[in-house]
Amino acid sequence: MMRLITSGAGALLGGLMMLAGVTGPAAAQGTGSATLDAVKTRGQVLCGMSGSVPGFSLPDSQGVMRGLDADTCRAVTAAALGDAAKVKFVATTTQNRFTALQSGEVDMLSRSTTWTLGREGNLGLMFAWVNYYDGTGFLVKKSSGVKAAKEMDGATICVQPGTSTELAINDYYRLNKMKFTPILIQDQAEIQGAFLSGRCDAYSTDASALATFRFSQGPKADELLLLPDIISKEPLGAVVRKGDDKWFDVVRWTFAAMITAEEKGITQANVESFLTSTDPDIRRLLGIEGDMGKALGLDNKWAFNVIKAVGNLGEMWDRNITPMGVPRGINNLWTKGGLQYAPPLR
Amino acid sequence: MSETVVTASSIPAGGNKAPPAGMVGPWAWLKANLFNSWLSTATTLLLGYLILRAAVGFIDWAFIHAIWTVPYSAKGVPDTSSCQNAKEVGACWAVIGDKYRLILFGRYPYEEQWRPALCVVLFIGLYIVSAMRRFWRKELALIWIVTLSAIFILMGGGLFGLKEVQNDYWGGLPITLILATFGIACAFPLSILVALGRRSTKLPAVKLLCVLYVELIRGVPLISVLFMASVMFPLFMPAGVNIDKLLRAQIAVILFAAAYLAEVVRGGLQSLPKGQYEAADALGLSYWHKTGLIILPQALKLVIPPLVNTFIGFFKDTSLVLIIGLFDLLTMGKVALSDPPWQSFSTEVYIALAIIYIGFCFAMSNYSRGLERELGRGERR
Repeated sequence: MMRLITSGAGALLGGLMMLAGVTGPAAAQGTGSATLDAVKTRGQVLCGMSGSVPGFSLPDSQGVMRGLDADTCRAVTAAALGDAAKVKFVATTTQNRFTALQSGEVDMLSRSTTWTLGREGNLGLMFAWVNYYDGTGFLVKKSSGVKAAKEMDGATICVQPGTSTELAINDYYRLNKMKFTPILIQDQAEIQGAFLSGRCDAYSTDASALATFRFSQGPKADELLLLPDIISKEPLGAVVRKGDDKWFDVVRWTFAAMITAEEKGITQANVESFLTSTDPDIRRLLGIEGDMGKALGLDNKWAFNVIKAVGNLGEMWDRNITPMGVPRGINNLWTKGGLQYAPPLR
Repeated sequence: MSETVVTASSIPAGGNKAPPAGMVGPWAWLKANLFNSWLSTATTLLLGYLILRAAVGFIDWAFIHAIWTVPYSAKGVPDTSSCQNAKEVGACWAVIGDKYRLILFGRYPYEEQWRPALCVVLFIGLYIVSAMRRFWRKELALIWIVTLSAIFILMGGGLFGLKEVQNDYWGGLPITLILATFGIACAFPLSILVALGRRSTKLPAVKLLCVLYVELIRGVPLISVLFMASVMFPLFMPAGVNIDKLLRAQIAVILFAAAYLAEVVRGGLQSLPKGQYEAADALGLSYWHKTGLIILPQALKLVIPPLVNTFIGFFKDTSLVLIIGLFDLLTMGKVALSDPPWQSFSTEVYIALAIIYIGFCFAMSNYSRGLERELGRGERR
């Protein structure tokens, strides 16, 4: 049902965009990007996030939004407007997130959303970059003696119904010709309780959430084991509307700038000291040389502002994900065995 | 038949002697109600034991073994290991101490949180004033308008040197109170009109419209109305036009509440004897005079219990707005619980939330009982 509605929505949106296209040229005197122009006039980036996922976007006790997704919003805002404080966090749910983006209620979505062909093809959206390479994992009790997913033939597994996790487990077990009994529980607190009380042998969802849950158990965390097997790919990324390539570029290159900064050892704290650097890559990145910012329709100091506001990609990770007890793994830089590789800024 | 007849002569003479000891007082009551037979004595003892055990267990958990504060690291991260170790044994009220402002006021800027706090006080004051019959005059409408505008200015800011706070940052108790108060305040008059329209005999088109509206809204769950408002509605709007999310949810709640209230009011209208209508007509009153002076006062009095029932229901239903990304009191509780150090202390948070909800709902039901008593004085038999 939802699929039907959303693809219908896509068609409707397409119609609206064609309408907008008629009046387009007159409005294209600014940066050539309707979204970026709107952002600049408004003085605010409307960034859709969840607001209830620890490590990604969750208000702290003072109500300030913290997390990887929240910092992604801040980074893009710093690039577009020079001031990360001009971000406006718009809470979206899993159901209304895509509509919010399609209808222009938000400028971008940074809401631990998996990049899939279906979403890009059907919904009129584009994934600009991946800020977290996640995957479906299993959490078991150490006392069970299970060390790998392959040993779990006939196991009972607690899983949330209707999620991509459920699909991934079904595929995995079918592929490996094993059997399992799913225990479907909707509520997250309830599912965790069921797992701890021993109603199921394993608890399965995104590995990041499992690690966070394990970490939340405090002293009892050592009794739980996150299996090394990751059985599906869940690249979580920042999403924009199709049809506004320049805005897409801004979001994508914001990531590239943060990755480059990490490669070069530029951090939030020491970015000022690099302003006198002689490295041409750094000079171009920080806007001392060339017109990289202008090419994006931004200020030449855009990347400097991003680093000043949120730091490089590694700092973002250390600030938000490391406290959850999740190792960086494949989310590391390509030079350290990870997947984060930025094209050159030149 | 004849044994049941008590004649005057069968009552012993002697005037107002006190009944024999053991027939009145708490002991007698206990004896008559709790220990009057074998079975009831056993049931009383068993239940008494269970209640006592549960109460002792709860007090032990909630107070004696409870942990009220936890140490914080230099970075401000709470160290909850003492709570984790005491789990199942004692409550960890430190979670409330750490998160109460987030739960009550959501993401509202921390330094400005006196504003939503003042709004909550204004709301409660407004309820108290409206509840007192002394204030039931035309000026009450004025008080409502002034207070509600004050609440909006306080929450939104941008005027009188208050910092502007967009409503995406509102959350917690103020959202619940705004949705419930505006919902009921706007839905109630609307529902009276719809109920009257549905009973109309002279305006078939209006009647049809009212029937359609009520049946359509009653035919779908509140969640789907909210969904329409938040997911479908923006797609029908021209690009770039966005109606505020809170307003959309508020309108959905009003429309939904009005349909239900309309049926309650209609029940009251139908229960009035026909003679009342005819008498009013005979006096030559116009339709609006008849309705306002004769019919509605009686009809509404009759339906106070179901009305309050619906009010209470809607006060709690406002928590459904979480599905469209608005953070009311209950949702903020859940958000506070997502924080990894506190994830396993949901019981404490839910108990605290339950106390707030019970406070409001109990006040409503208590007040309605008092109101019923007061308005029903003339009919006491």
